[in-house]
Amino acid sequence: MEKRSRSFYVLATFFALFLVFLYGPTLTIGILSFQGPGGGLTFPMRGVSIHWFHDLFEQQAVGDIWGSFFRSITLGLMVMVTTVIVSVMGGLAFRKRFAGSSVLFYLIITSLVIPSILISLGVGLIFSQAGLAVHWSTSGYGSQLTWTLPFGLLIMFAVFNRFDKSYEEAARDQGASAWQTIRYVVLPIIAPMLIGVALFGFTLSYDEFARTLLTAGSYNTLPLEIYGMTTNVTTPVIFALGTLTTLFSFGIIGIFLTVVLLINRRRSRHGSDAGKGMI
Amino acid sequence: MTDQSHLFLHSQTAAAAGKKAKPAFQWSRLPNNLTGWLLSLPLTVVLFFFLVLPICMIVVVSFWRATEFSIYPAFQFDNYEFLLTSPVTYQVFWNTVKYALITWFFTLVIGFTVAYFLAFHVRSLTWQIVLFLLCTIPFWTSNIIRMISWIPFLGRNGIANSTLISMGVIDEPLEWLLFSDFSVILAFVHLYTLFMVVPIFNTMMRIDTSLIEAARDAGASGYQTLTNVIIPLTKPGIMIGSIFVVTLVMGDFITVRFMSGSQKANVGRLISNDIALLQYPSAAATAVILLITVLLVISVLLRFVDIRKEL
Repeated sequence: MEKRSRSFYVLATFFALFLVFLYGPTLTIGILSFQGPGGGLTFPMRGVSIHWFHDLFEQQAVGDIWGSFFRSITLGLMVMVTTVIVSVMGGLAFRKRFAGSSVLFYLIITSLVIPSILISLGVGLIFSQAGLAVHWSTSGYGSQLTWTLPFGLLIMFAVFNRFDKSYEEAARDQGASAWQTIRYVVLPIIAPMLIGVALFGFTLSYDEFARTLLTAGSYNTLPLEIYGMTTNVTTPVIFALGTLTTLFSFGIIGIFLTVVLLINRRRSRHGSDAGKGMI
Repeated sequence: MTDQSHLFLHSQTAAAAGKKAKPAFQWSRLPNNLTGWLLSLPLTVVLFFFLVLPICMIVVVSFWRATEFSIYPAFQFDNYEFLLTSPVTYQVFWNTVKYALITWFFTLVIGFTVAYFLAFHVRSLTWQIVLFLLCTIPFWTSNIIRMISWIPFLGRNGIANSTLISMGVIDEPLEWLLFSDFSVILAFVHLYTLFMVVPIFNTMMRIDTSLIEAARDAGASGYQTLTNVIIPLTKPGIMIGSIFVVTLVMGDFITVRFMSGSQKANVGRLISNDIALLQYPSAAATAVILLITVLLVISVLLRFVDIRKEL
């Protein structure tokens, strides 16, 4: 190992400052959510209490927080499952060129870069002109998919670009059918990446605001509920809610990372049986 | 899409891939196409109903008329005429472009530096992954909460002002920290720098380290290596990051509203205000112009990078 250069320390300091910039505001509201009952939206702290967290659990202080929280979770799970399935299928489809694949590819890119408000507006207009009521589980769900699917697909494209085809050839040589090859060879190999796609699907949906704004109908998802609160709530209760949802997001990320680690550990424990005479 | 045109496309892409272009229609290629179609069917259905149809709908509605209570089909250019002759439109468009450019500049400088540090100065893979994850975690949390969290920081009696006053740098609180262009751009940089870091880091990790060594052996200083080897090889990542940041900022309507205290406007806010007033045709016309602008910007940026190759 050679000695660290001076530029390393400069860059490391820059990186540390970047992390402070990223996490500072979030930590600030974390601290402020423990304001005493007389505290306001900014420092100084007037005592320390969990008064504002209590307020969250009382219906009259805030709107329908818990209802919107469960709607967001349900929707997040729906979007997550759909994103994983559709992305894997799409990823498999794009391994070979097929008629129209270029057009579809550019549509995926469009779906990613189109201003979110256009999806909200367009889907809202379609539903209203067709005389259908917008609802988070129909129009909201579809609109969110236009945001989560491109992410899932891009991950799958990257995965299959680096995928070693000799595994599949080996499976086919052993007489596996196409479905068996996918089920017993391809899917187990890409499982950790699928966890990543699932994480994208869930969290992007759980935090999605712009594409859900005009498509969620009369029952809000959590981000919409929070947005509504920002205009009329002027107490630290909103910080308490922010702290809770952030902790919830961290919890979700933690669960996904643990699952990935466990999968990898289980694999390395099994190890390779090369050279042991196993078939 | 007709058979003719897709075959033309196909022969184009095949030619581009350096293969011989296939002759026109072959029966033997059908099964191949069929698997592709069947596997991508769910994707196509979702994109058709929630991306293509909504865009068509917006284009159609942009020619409609609105009364106080409803919108009804018509075919007239009034919405566009009103939009394109109003000086407000140009001002707001200019503002949108300005936000996009400034945000792009800062996210690029910060994102590149962070990615460069992670890719070339952190030596163990474990640390690289840990530090990279640290950068990405905020991305998974709520954008709205992350915007709100700037308020106690930047407000009149916020942390920034009190710190500066106690340090004796300023005598009175700075008014321009919150609800200004400054706070809007700060929030954008805070939300979107990650979209620069990830693609740039990804490209840098794929640079062959022997190239760096070769540069050093040839007597290049660290700075020369950076400008002659690393930056040229990182261009695709920079382009992908730029596409993300520019489109996100141009299409935004919520950050600007929130962080400027409704005092600044961009095109997204123009649209959302029209929607709030139920002026759907005029909102749709603005949306069409915005979409054309964004797609133009993207097509220019895509000239510099082959996304499919970069994945």
